[in-house]
Amino acid sequence: MPYGPHAADDRARMLETIGVGSIDELFEDIPAALRAGPLRLDDPEPELELSARLIRLAARNRVDLASFLGAGAYRHWTPAVVDQMLLRGEWYTAYTPYQPEVSQGTLQSIYEYQSMLAELTGLDVVSASHYDGGAATAEAALMTCRATRRERILVSRGVHPHYRGTLETYADGAGLIADEIPLVADGPQAGTTDLEALARLLADPARPVAGVVAAQPNVLGLLEDMPEVGRLAHAAGALFVSVIEPVSLAVLAPPGEYGADIAAGEGQPLGIPLQYGGPYLGIVSCTEALVRQIPGRLVGQTTDLDGRRAFVMTMRAREQDIRREKAASNICTNQALLALAASVYLAAIGPHGLRDVAAAGAARAAELEAALAAAGARRLHDGAYLNEFVVRVPDARGIHARLLERGVLAGIPTADLIPDEPALAGGLLVCATEVTTTAEIELFATALQAELADALVAGGAR
Amino acid sequence: MSVVGERLQPTLFELSRPGRGGGKIPHPPAGALDRIPPGALRANSPALPELSEPDVVRHYVNLSTLNYSVDSGFYPLGSCTMKFNPKLNEWAARLPGFAGLHPMAPDALAQGTLELLFELETMLAEVSGMEAVTLQPAAGAHGELAGILMIRAYHRSRGDLGRTDVLVPDSSHGTNPATASMAGFRTRTIPSAPDGGVDLDAFKAALGAKTAAIMITNPSTLGLFERQIGELLEATHAAGALAYMDGANLNAILGRFRPGEAGFDVMHFNTHKTFSTPHGGGGPGAGPVGVRANLVPFLPSPRVLRDGDGAYRLERAGERPTSIGRMRSFFGSTGVLVRAYAYIRAHGASGLREVSDDAVLAANYLKARLSSAYLVPFERACKHEFVASAADIKHRTGVRTLDIAKRLIDKGYHPPTIYFPLTVEEGMLIEPTETESLETLDGFVDALLEIAREAETEPDTVTSAPHTAPVRRLDEATAARQPNLRWRGAPCVLAPCPD
Amino acid sequence: MVPGDLHYTKEHEWIRVEGDEAVIGITQYAADQLGDIVFVELPDAGGALEQAATFGVVESVKAVSDLFAPVSGEVTAANDGLGSKPEVVNTDPYGEGWMVRVRLADAAQLDALLDAAAYEQLIAEG
Repeated sequence: MPYGPHAADDRARMLETIGVGSIDELFEDIPAALRAGPLRLDDPEPELELSARLIRLAARNRVDLASFLGAGAYRHWTPAVVDQMLLRGEWYTAYTPYQPEVSQGTLQSIYEYQSMLAELTGLDVVSASHYDGGAATAEAALMTCRATRRERILVSRGVHPHYRGTLETYADGAGLIADEIPLVADGPQAGTTDLEALARLLADPARPVAGVVAAQPNVLGLLEDMPEVGRLAHAAGALFVSVIEPVSLAVLAPPGEYGADIAAGEGQPLGIPLQYGGPYLGIVSCTEALVRQIPGRLVGQTTDLDGRRAFVMTMRAREQDIRREKAASNICTNQALLALAASVYLAAIGPHGLRDVAAAGAARAAELEAALAAAGARRLHDGAYLNEFVVRVPDARGIHARLLERGVLAGIPTADLIPDEPALAGGLLVCATEVTTTAEIELFATALQAELADALVAGGAR
Repeated sequence: MSVVGERLQPTLFELSRPGRGGGKIPHPPAGALDRIPPGALRANSPALPELSEPDVVRHYVNLSTLNYSVDSGFYPLGSCTMKFNPKLNEWAARLPGFAGLHPMAPDALAQGTLELLFELETMLAEVSGMEAVTLQPAAGAHGELAGILMIRAYHRSRGDLGRTDVLVPDSSHGTNPATASMAGFRTRTIPSAPDGGVDLDAFKAALGAKTAAIMITNPSTLGLFERQIGELLEATHAAGALAYMDGANLNAILGRFRPGEAGFDVMHFNTHKTFSTPHGGGGPGAGPVGVRANLVPFLPSPRVLRDGDGAYRLERAGERPTSIGRMRSFFGSTGVLVRAYAYIRAHGASGLREVSDDAVLAANYLKARLSSAYLVPFERACKHEFVASAADIKHRTGVRTLDIAKRLIDKGYHPPTIYFPLTVEEGMLIEPTETESLETLDGFVDALLEIAREAETEPDTVTSAPHTAPVRRLDEATAARQPNLRWRGAPCVLAPCPD
Repeated sequence: MVPGDLHYTKEHEWIRVEGDEAVIGITQYAADQLGDIVFVELPDAGGALEQAATFGVVESVKAVSDLFAPVSGEVTAANDGLGSKPEVVNTDPYGEGWMVRVRLADAAQLDALLDAAAYEQLIAEG
């Protein structure tokens, strides 16, 4: 066993103290008929060989393309200090701070995380973390049902399809209804939440709505009229859930400012590697009025017997280990280490740095928009965006695949991301951040222009 | 007015000074945001702290030293399997090919990770005796929810709509009943028998046409293998219900008992317990779920598939309409799964069995040595953990399990899980894991025996412990009555951007 | 020490009859068992209690307990003061720590409850 602690005669001494002749005797309570045969797994692999295998597997992934892919997970520059801090075993080999006297590091770091995220969202309560943006959005939607004692959730189709899918799974489990709010199909508001449809959906007195869920920016990168979504929700007695992207909150209005009751979203952009989808950081934040409804852990400030300031998990009786079947959620293990990553990132980059990250993404995206338009691919929508947008191209899937061969990951075909939205059939959702370079943008534009020219020739030949 | 203790750290907000930090990111061109409608922009910048990088490093290094961790000492937290976290796995997860891969990358760019995930599913299926495995759930409780939703979908697919109940033993983890509620079921709690197992008669009496599933932790949260498991499973299936195994305690039975083979229909794994992925101060974990053939159609989407040509791909949206759907965004906690994969490969078949052998050996050794001073309610061999009780000590001296736990901190150990399961008075759930040396185990026993003596001779020392930790016991009541959940100091004044 | 003029439930609620209304709380024994009480969730005035059904929740730092209605009736007032000072349930459970006031639906239901002597015996047995 590679990490085994025992010297030659340790096991024999232990067996003697226990008073049994063999380790097998300790397993005699497993009924004979149910005992397993040998596992059909490979032999142990020494570290030298295993590390070579891992290098080989990692190298089979392609991460060297000029990437314009976002769609809910974003490439950012992470200061080196973040991972250096995370590599300390005192952080990553501890567990949930059940014993606060020997967990003040973790507890204070979570309190600081809660505080910094509260600054970003403009809402006072932030949970210690959830699994990811999808589960966070689902938990936020369920909160609205508990708080209003209503059973119907309205979710905009501008919310990431994976979040909508997760919300649907959770809502279905809980016996709740999740209805979708359509997007405006054309005109100046195209691609944003259809507010007239929202008003109609809210107007049905027989089916009162617990919560309205909309995203800022939405999954197409467009900015929504969030104050109006909130006004409509509140007028119908519903709560308002804003699905946020935390870097954008350095420059965009915080949910607390435009009347959101809950903000939920994905914390990955705050210094967390892409790593094919996780572990990520689910953010849930709410007003003080909803503090009893928020699931997951909370850390609070208090004092010890000598009056020293200290931190402790608090309001614990809401949680599953105490409340069992009456708990608001079954969440136990959370994403504490990712919350720490986000905290170190925010501390290292600071308020000006975060604003620069958001503004640089917007500047790079404008540059990308101009370059792609010059290459023949114009935006599909008219509305304002921050750093992600949809361009219209013929045969989006085909162009996307051929651009891969030219070393460009041209975002994602909107038809693959949101298959059931005809207005989006011929689009590519592309994104730029502070790490996008002018050279990459030029490569993309040149390659796209060539592909569009080829497509034109091929089309002419047909 | 509270004071910050000597070894404690000011908050980031107190350390902040206007104008500190910066230089990480080039400034964007002026006017970068001019095209954004003013109404969508925030009026005031967020008052985040401003710190130099040396400030940040000292802050987090000093804070980290206030933590107890597996890397610093023995952490016998029952039910949590705080084993050593191999450093190779940290290195592996950070390889740029793994860490830099976008979750929406086309399959062709993700073949290395997809192959690893496909292999990991196969390996976990082999370990558990299950037909197939989903890697999507982000934690054990998330896996429980996926599993119970699959059970619900299974009954519905058969038109069997009257099954409203989930049976759960009284010693179960709180996540089990909480999961049942989230999936729309009613929990029925089954009492334990005096031998620590499920009370078979009570179980059979509760079982019926309304039972959708049973959820069993095996070995149980008392560290005991459920000897009547065959009968329990048979009765469950005879009643038309399905059997869920909470795999939190899998570390005891690797290569000894395969739940799928024995008749369980679903189980979850906790990679952060059994397969050594770090606990991270509370997370992340990962909660893969294994199912038998009857539940494969309902697995969450997307699954990893291998096409005829040997290429791997993710299942497309809507490709398998019987799926319960998504449990989260993207594929799953891949970075955690890379570590679990490396762990299983490092051990192989023989190594995994040795893991459980040594975990069970260590637990029985501690139990034998501690029984001279503590009650050990169940005499038979335990598995990877066991419950010791300080009920006698409390009745004699007034010293409670909580006090003993706090005193262990002074002796240099992390306390065990205390007051769980709720079925044992003044209980301590002790789980040593397989990676602790005999010297460490002996040192821990000696400390607990010494505390038992102190309880008789100087109880005040024990009841006022800890004495050496960075803080003493905390005022948890005030923390909950008047919650202070965020910093509310004077708002930071943001200096003009330092150029 | 159990006040003699009250009725009790086996789940450790007390009820004091005042005309056609009654006041309900939890006993000192219950408060001591729970430890430091940090939160009490009560029904709004106008709500209905049903005998033996749960009507609220009381939380301590590390435990939670349902509140069971000793009698049926309409809630005429809830103790809003417990929102900011839940600790009075520990310090003065029979006075300032009261929970709800109800209009009795059926005074005969009181006969099913324990008197002080019977309740004292119950808690003596643990």
